[in-house]
Amino acid sequence: MNKTFNNKAWWLVLPVFLMVAFNALVPLMTVVNYSIQETFGNNEFFWSGTTWFEQILHDGEFHASLKRQLVFTGLILLIEVPLGLAIALCMPRQGPWVSVCLVLVALPLLVPWNVVGSMWNIMALPDIGLLGKGINALGIPFNYTRQPISAWFTVVLMDVWHWTSLVLLLCYAGLVAIPDAYYQAAKVDGARPWAVFRYIQLPKLKHVLTIAILLRFMDSFMIYTEVIVLTGGGPGSTTKFLSIDLVQKALGGFDLGPAAAFSIVYFLIILFLSWLFYTLMMREEAK
Amino acid sequence: MALELIEITKRAGADTHIHPTSLVLPQGSFNVLLGTTLSGKTTLMQIMAGIQPPTSGRIRFNGRDVTHVAVQKRNVSMVYQQFINYPNFTVYDNIASPLKVAGMSKAEIDRRVMAAADLLRLRPMLKRRPSELSGGQQQRTAIARSIVKDSDLILLDEPLANLDYKLREELRDELPRLFAGRNAIVVYATTEPVEALLFGGNTATLHEGRVTQFGPTSSVYREPKDLTSAQVFSDPPINMTPVEKRGSQLQVFGGKTWPAGAAARGLNDGSYILAIRPHHVTPLPPEASTGELEGRVLVTELSGSESVIHLDVGGTTWVSQSHGIHPFEVGAHARLHVDIDRGLFFAANGERVS
Repeated sequence: MNKTFNNKAWWLVLPVFLMVAFNALVPLMTVVNYSIQETFGNNEFFWSGTTWFEQILHDGEFHASLKRQLVFTGLILLIEVPLGLAIALCMPRQGPWVSVCLVLVALPLLVPWNVVGSMWNIMALPDIGLLGKGINALGIPFNYTRQPISAWFTVVLMDVWHWTSLVLLLCYAGLVAIPDAYYQAAKVDGARPWAVFRYIQLPKLKHVLTIAILLRFMDSFMIYTEVIVLTGGGPGSTTKFLSIDLVQKALGGFDLGPAAAFSIVYFLIILFLSWLFYTLMMREEAK
Repeated sequence: MALELIEITKRAGADTHIHPTSLVLPQGSFNVLLGTTLSGKTTLMQIMAGIQPPTSGRIRFNGRDVTHVAVQKRNVSMVYQQFINYPNFTVYDNIASPLKVAGMSKAEIDRRVMAAADLLRLRPMLKRRPSELSGGQQQRTAIARSIVKDSDLILLDEPLANLDYKLREELRDELPRLFAGRNAIVVYATTEPVEALLFGGNTATLHEGRVTQFGPTSSVYREPKDLTSAQVFSDPPINMTPVEKRGSQLQVFGGKTWPAGAAARGLNDGSYILAIRPHHVTPLPPEASTGELEGRVLVTELSGSESVIHLDVGGTTWVSQSHGIHPFEVGAHARLHVDIDRGLFFAANGERVS
């Protein structure tokens, strides 16, 4: 038979294959490798099947940190998305203040993550930090190294400070993209500000909000640096989120098998929840 | 019953967007605002609607002063160049939205929405959302929304500009019929002279924030008051040349002489600007007084039924528009004929003299 197709085209897709292989598949396969085998060093591996997965899925510590993680991410989304949207709605859309406002709100995004952690660590110190001392001065006992509530408050506040700007900037870009004529048309109809928000701005921001929620979900679900610098997961393990738990298992305990299984479960949870968010938010469109 | 603008101006800082303008638009009239982009059409419409207040001057509607009455209290509707509809409403709800705000009964809303949908042929799309419609259908929805509530004033700001050719032609035919027989004052802004001619009614020519002329469309077209009005109301651009009238002759460029023609008969000798519409410059000589043009062909545009020829005559470009196909080679030497009897003569200050 005559072979009519041209195999040279494979050379054109090869670079992409190689890139995907090196940045995703190879590292991932290494983890998969560890998750289904037992090793005692010397490059010796023994088949262990689903043992590590079962161990992780029944691990109380994993359950606890997963629960903490879900609560944390839920809080973050509930605070940052409405707050970012609200500030974006208040920002001027033209005039000399636009650039001033944009630079001011973008500043937190430019601070390196570990610096954010140490900043809030120092600021929230109950004896010398501005925030910590201020709260104590109000008569509210505050000590994030001892009280879980103080620690959570500080961690959530830190994340809101660091990342609300991202939601804000995305929403702002979406708002600026709405043609002026929409607002005029609403004015001609006699629509009230709430109706303008509900029937023009919100539907027009749908895609931007979807992206913002997805980004904030994924990032907050993977939070590590800021928290490890601020509280180290403490007091006790009250702020030990999934990634902190994972690092303690992998590096602290050197339990490579369970840690690898943990990583894969962690990855699948993020993948599943992202898919869920996206599908739910895009469902309207398909109808 | 009319909308009156009395000495309206609009300034923003040092910029003047609208110079003192007075217009009277009678009830049931169709008025075209014709002018290039940034000539002030949109600003003028927004002032008429009450979206922006004028810097000075008064607006009266049916004798009542409405200068500072907010737009939502004026019974106005507007259609924009962009297709503006509520994104998550169906076509039905979009058309019904102004009626719902007005608090009309369900049965009455339904009756009116259906009537508007029928007029704009939107019946099969009533359950869809704007994002599931073509541009033409989106704009039909916006137009249906503007006619559904019996507004006193309907403003259309270049509604066809974002549509492709075919849809534009289709809606151009339908629009005058949609508004005929309504009591509303319709104002239609456009950059295209052909739309003004198609719609008839009245036309106001706008240039740099000034209404240069306002009147019945055909008379504004035939009898422009000044050079600017003639320029605004001409597409392809009107041809202009300085001429020197001496007796029954016109001195034109390069020492050429043309017969003065019927239009210039009553004029004193002296300098004028002669403006000739492109369709009065033809490859074949007209019957009456003609002037000859010789030059190099720059561009020829042939459509099915007409030819547009751009001719370089000693550094100035002349445009000729004629019926039929006249194949001219680009770069070739060509001779065209100017129908001087149909020429428009303007004094040096731009005022029309004949």
